[in-house]
Amino acid sequence: MSKQFQFKLVLLGESAVGKSSLVLRFVKDQFDDYRESTIGAAFLTQTVTLEDQTTVKFEIWDTAGQERYKSLAPMYYRNANCAVVVYDITQSTSLEKARTWIRELQRQADPSIVIALCGNKSDLSARRQVSEEEAKKYAEEEGLMWAETSAKSGEGVTEIFTAIAKKLPLTAAPSSRAGAAGRPGAAKSGVDLNKQAAGAGPNEPCNC
Amino acid sequence: MDEEYDVIVLGTGLTECILSGLLSVEGKKVLHMDRNDYYGGDSASLNLTQLYRKFRPDQTPPTELGRDRDYAVDLIPKFIIASGELTKILVHTDVTRYLEFKQIAGSFVYRDGKISKVPSTEMEAVRSPLMGLFEKRRAKKFFEFLQGWKDEDPATQQGINLDRDSMKTVYEKFGLEPGTQDFIGHAMALYLDDDYITKPARETYDRIILYTSSMARYGKSPYIYPLYGLGELPQSFARLSAIYGGTYMLDKPIEEIVTDADGKFVGVTSGGETVKAKQVIGDPSYFGAGKEAEGGKVRVVEEGKVVRAICILKHPIPGTEDSDSCQIVVPQNQVNRRNDIYIAMVSSTHNVCAKDVYVAIVSTIVETDKPELELQPAIQLLGPIYDKFVSVTPLYTPTSPGTNDNIFITRSYDATSHFETVVEDVHDVWKRVVGTDLVLKKREVEVQS
Repeated sequence: MSKQFQFKLVLLGESAVGKSSLVLRFVKDQFDDYRESTIGAAFLTQTVTLEDQTTVKFEIWDTAGQERYKSLAPMYYRNANCAVVVYDITQSTSLEKARTWIRELQRQADPSIVIALCGNKSDLSARRQVSEEEAKKYAEEEGLMWAETSAKSGEGVTEIFTAIAKKLPLTAAPSSRAGAAGRPGAAKSGVDLNKQAAGAGPNEPCNC
Repeated sequence: MDEEYDVIVLGTGLTECILSGLLSVEGKKVLHMDRNDYYGGDSASLNLTQLYRKFRPDQTPPTELGRDRDYAVDLIPKFIIASGELTKILVHTDVTRYLEFKQIAGSFVYRDGKISKVPSTEMEAVRSPLMGLFEKRRAKKFFEFLQGWKDEDPATQQGINLDRDSMKTVYEKFGLEPGTQDFIGHAMALYLDDDYITKPARETYDRIILYTSSMARYGKSPYIYPLYGLGELPQSFARLSAIYGGTYMLDKPIEEIVTDADGKFVGVTSGGETVKAKQVIGDPSYFGAGKEAEGGKVRVVEEGKVVRAICILKHPIPGTEDSDSCQIVVPQNQVNRRNDIYIAMVSSTHNVCAKDVYVAIVSTIVETDKPELELQPAIQLLGPIYDKFVSVTPLYTPTSPGTNDNIFITRSYDATSHFETVVEDVHDVWKRVVGTDLVLKKREVEVQS
């Protein structure tokens, strides 16, 4: 019998490093050279199936531009199970920004959060400013997963999300997470506002 | 910052965030700023460090209260009434996907020196000590009358005209005792004073129906509450706004609201730079609230004050059946006041404090020059208090509708126990800013399954 797990994944990183492009490639296998910031998407979801037929559903939260002026709300980090912190291999300052975001995650997020550091735009390696060694060494020191990706060519994209799926703790009872968008423990007792009045008992699970 | 915006919104309180979200969805180009480095303004929920910094800057939180991050203490005590207007906005904008709600476990009323549960079912009503046997029969007839009322069917109206007859007339028709009237008007219709009695009964009817339908919705009380505190509400609407292109800047001191020779809005100066926009919306603190008018225009006036005491308890409130959360209404008549006193209590069940800690906020409209003392009749119901943070907050209201100068100011958060008046303000400001009524449309959300 296959099991399904659901996790909240948050994206972080400087503007224009390709956070949204990375998700677009992963979720829809598309790429757009002149893509503007995401408009109208609360979050996207994509499912990864592991070798043992376990499926991991990611609920992926984009920053919606709120990172630009240091205005990400605590709600963004709340109950995040995993984070992809993105830098641009052609901009060394973007790795510095990534370090800041990782410190912020370590401060704000749940201590058990799985963090992946992701060097995007590997198709532009001719203009590389961040060496693989430097990023890898930093990731190892901080205990982070690390990979280089290209949202444009698709290289490494599915691989990093699959690697995250494998690293997440798939030990909790599936029902305690699935459908609760990574709000473990709280799923069963919430009330669902979208259900119409009568008959909605106090123990209706939340379908958010 | 040399772009020009349609609307600049100042302050990230709930009213401003709902407006910002709705305006962005509508396609307006919105810049939203706050002088604080956190979201929520007056409707924020604070962790222990922030709470102590605000009330006791020279003191660090005691370690026995537990981890800082476990706390989200509301500054303004309000609950969401389940079938009310805020719920409608939450559902229509789909921000419910960012939030999770729990019920408030009980609703109580203070009467003749003790706390009684406001009945939530017929069984509870029959057992309730709030009314004697004969009074229960009369009350039953009264509620059957309200539930059966149809505007188009005179047979259901028993000779009453809700738009003309006063509530006093309705109470007298059913022969309800003053104590029952108190309970209905204050614990169910949630009036803060007795002015409603002489007014047409329609509004009271609407309020009672709202209360009973909200009660019927989830069972225990008419209220729901977001996990992690009320501060989640403005954050979720801010995210909505950002997703639809709204730009957010926190930690931005606002130096000046720039106007032209005719007094019309031009822009906002922050950090020495002026950003231009067609309109500005903001909470009263950005428009001179609490400051001496420096020869400039008086844009907001004080309408009264609310006193609030945030009380940290190590036990549930006595007499509430150990509820993990509750509202207690202390009607004004019971304690010889003009305005009711409210107690709103939440706990770790709502992820707002450490385990075995209870946060009760006692509040009322100030009537004397010793506001803290006015809370005493309610405070003494709480039992031993571990710590208490008292604030007296003026309520501001704008002096002009803003349609002449494009400066639109929201109202302070009042003493009511729910968000109905906040939503009224949202509708009111929307109409002034946009020029048409706010119509809530279900929006299409891009979520793959």
